[in-house]
Amino acid sequence: MPTNVVMPQMGESVAEGTIIKWLKKPGDRVERDEPLFEITTDKVDAEIPSPAAGVLAKILAAENETVAVNTVVAVIDGQMPGEAAESAQGSAVAPAPRAETMAQAPPAPAAAEAPPAPAKALPEQVRPGEKLRSSPLVRRIAREHNVDLSRVQGTGLGGRISKKDILKFLERRTPAMGETRAVRPSVPSKPPASYGQTVTFSGPTHVTAMTPQRRLIAEHMIASKKTSAHVTTVFEADMTNIVQTRESMAAEFGRSQGLKLTYTPFIARAAVEAIKQFPIFNSSLEGNNIVYKQAINLGIAVALETGLIVPVIRHAEEKDFLGMARAVQDLASRARSKQLNVEEVQEGTFTLTNPGIFGSLFGTPIIHQPQVAILGVGVIEKRPVIRNDAIAIRSMAYLMLTFDHRIIDGAIGDQFMAFLKNQLETWQEPVI
Amino acid sequence: MNKPMPQLTYLEAIRQGLWEEMERDASVFLLGEDIGSYGGAFKVTAGLQEKFGEDRVIDTPISESAIVGAAVGAALMGMRPVAEMQFMDFISCGLDQLVNMAAKIHYRWGAAVPLVVRGPSGAGVHGGPFHSQSNEMWFVHVPGLKVVAPATAYDAKGLIKASIRDNNPVIFYEHKYLYRRTREEVPDEDFIVPLGKAAVRREGSDIAVITYGAMVWTALEAAELLAREGISLEVVDLRTLLPYDEQCVLSSARKCSKVILLHEDTRVGGLAGELAAVIAEKAFEDLDGPIVRVTAPDTPVPYSPPLEEYFLPNVQKIADAARQLAAY
Repeated sequence: MPTNVVMPQMGESVAEGTIIKWLKKPGDRVERDEPLFEITTDKVDAEIPSPAAGVLAKILAAENETVAVNTVVAVIDGQMPGEAAESAQGSAVAPAPRAETMAQAPPAPAAAEAPPAPAKALPEQVRPGEKLRSSPLVRRIAREHNVDLSRVQGTGLGGRISKKDILKFLERRTPAMGETRAVRPSVPSKPPASYGQTVTFSGPTHVTAMTPQRRLIAEHMIASKKTSAHVTTVFEADMTNIVQTRESMAAEFGRSQGLKLTYTPFIARAAVEAIKQFPIFNSSLEGNNIVYKQAINLGIAVALETGLIVPVIRHAEEKDFLGMARAVQDLASRARSKQLNVEEVQEGTFTLTNPGIFGSLFGTPIIHQPQVAILGVGVIEKRPVIRNDAIAIRSMAYLMLTFDHRIIDGAIGDQFMAFLKNQLETWQEPVI
Repeated sequence: MNKPMPQLTYLEAIRQGLWEEMERDASVFLLGEDIGSYGGAFKVTAGLQEKFGEDRVIDTPISESAIVGAAVGAALMGMRPVAEMQFMDFISCGLDQLVNMAAKIHYRWGAAVPLVVRGPSGAGVHGGPFHSQSNEMWFVHVPGLKVVAPATAYDAKGLIKASIRDNNPVIFYEHKYLYRRTREEVPDEDFIVPLGKAAVRREGSDIAVITYGAMVWTALEAAELLAREGISLEVVDLRTLLPYDEQCVLSSARKCSKVILLHEDTRVGGLAGELAAVIAEKAFEDLDGPIVRVTAPDTPVPYSPPLEEYFLPNVQKIADAARQLAAY
């Protein structure tokens, strides 16, 4: 029986995906769950496994082609003789992609909170595990106010988002945040028609379309600039202690833990300690309220050839140095091999970026909305500095913090940085 | 405000409306079974023959077909007949005269047919399957007719007068349960309630209950009960079923975003189905829950009092539906 392979839905708001690469050719034998093609979407890049075993009969969407979710992109023909029949008889089967989103499933209500069981079921009773439930009215309000419904808590039957829920959600937003597009972390499924102006240039030009990921980044950057009052402060930290620790421990670390010892977990640990001291850096502005998040979900910017991605270390406050190092390496390597889950790039509360690896002294990073601060690290290099009225050679780095001046004053920003600098310069925590 | 307005029952209000129209317009006359010397089975027309004489309050043989046929003929000749069905159940005997003659004459030949067929309908008085039906939908489906169903004494008077003055055939459903059970102050002066206009009987915000006839009162009672539970019902009284007040229906549906359609009539083919369709077509994006019907089941009206009680929508059934819908 032929099985249709469709473009999977990578998150609720994602409407389309672009095929980057086919990993099999027509006629190739493919096993069930074997990587079949690579895609890029507004939210994440992913490798899509085959929904069935058989022979790749037809490829219906070429590389670099963008197709709507659930479009049939290939057909896998039948089983090899002797194999058990697949249940999907010629019907469209969405492969279970690695990056299948979990974020949209409504939480099953706790028994105590469940509404009294109705005597007779209303039509369209909600069953747990189904997709986000709302109503025509709620969807219209969401559309008119640019609300991402996955952010709205539903209190109706089975977690359905009711009119009351969305009106309450809107009430909590201030006019300043009326443009949700500017603050919400996910991209609308229909991006604006264009980001740039018409180019008038008399000489020859070369035109390429923006990839979905590029469009997403463009939108986020502009939206963030429009939303936050960006201010950047720069400190210089003496990293000699950390450089020495890293150099002396790198071999042992690799041998015993199978991990490469980089500077990132040092910075991440120090940043987490600083955030614990100054929790406002782990907040968001929602309506007239500052929402402090208990968990520190640390985003780590990773530069890929195709663009930037920010995987998130959840509950970074619970991780010691080793746990942090492992998480950093795991997320970075999976980001590069496009194997991140959607939820692993969502719900960050604070972001680290490291332009120093490209030689940058310092920069002025843009805040990843709806966060309120982003910490950057410049290149770590030996510089002549004054120590005890003598010129010394020390490993130095500039640290820069861009923060949202709407809710964080300069003094607080600088206190945060002074604390961070001190953490790094007086590093004590054992790495193993 | 010099003299207090008299309290009239629903039945007395209809009688007063007939009386006033007969005084006002000599072309208005009544015909029906036992409506003259006996004053009608429910005494709606009591005293009218004494006042207006046998030529204007005519006792007829027991033949609804003849009554309606005579009324159609008289209307074509410029009179304004008001025919009584002793029970609206028996209007089926005059069906051909109504749907193939009265309803189509103006469309086909351009002649007005200003007649009213009125009578008691509805259940709740242990009348059994032949004296309790709500058969208004037989006529709501007939273009060319108007169908009216008042719920209050004031409306009963204002609507019967408006129906008599209307140049189209009007089927006027009086609810027999309300005849002597509802009374209110009704001005003893000339006024009409326009056809085609609904009334919001109670303002609310959570669920719009759209209904007519005796169920208006049941809905109001349920609204009172649910208000104590924090559920706010808006109660819409349609008053005219054809043409119904679409604007009012949609505006309450949009305002509350949840709707219960309530009627004493049975479910399949009831007015609730039509209203549900128009709400779904025109106010879909304002809905926050399924459109819910509370109606009688699809059976004849039982005679047995407990069965009749089970058959009819009541406060409890409305409240149950509203609680579920509010939680949706």
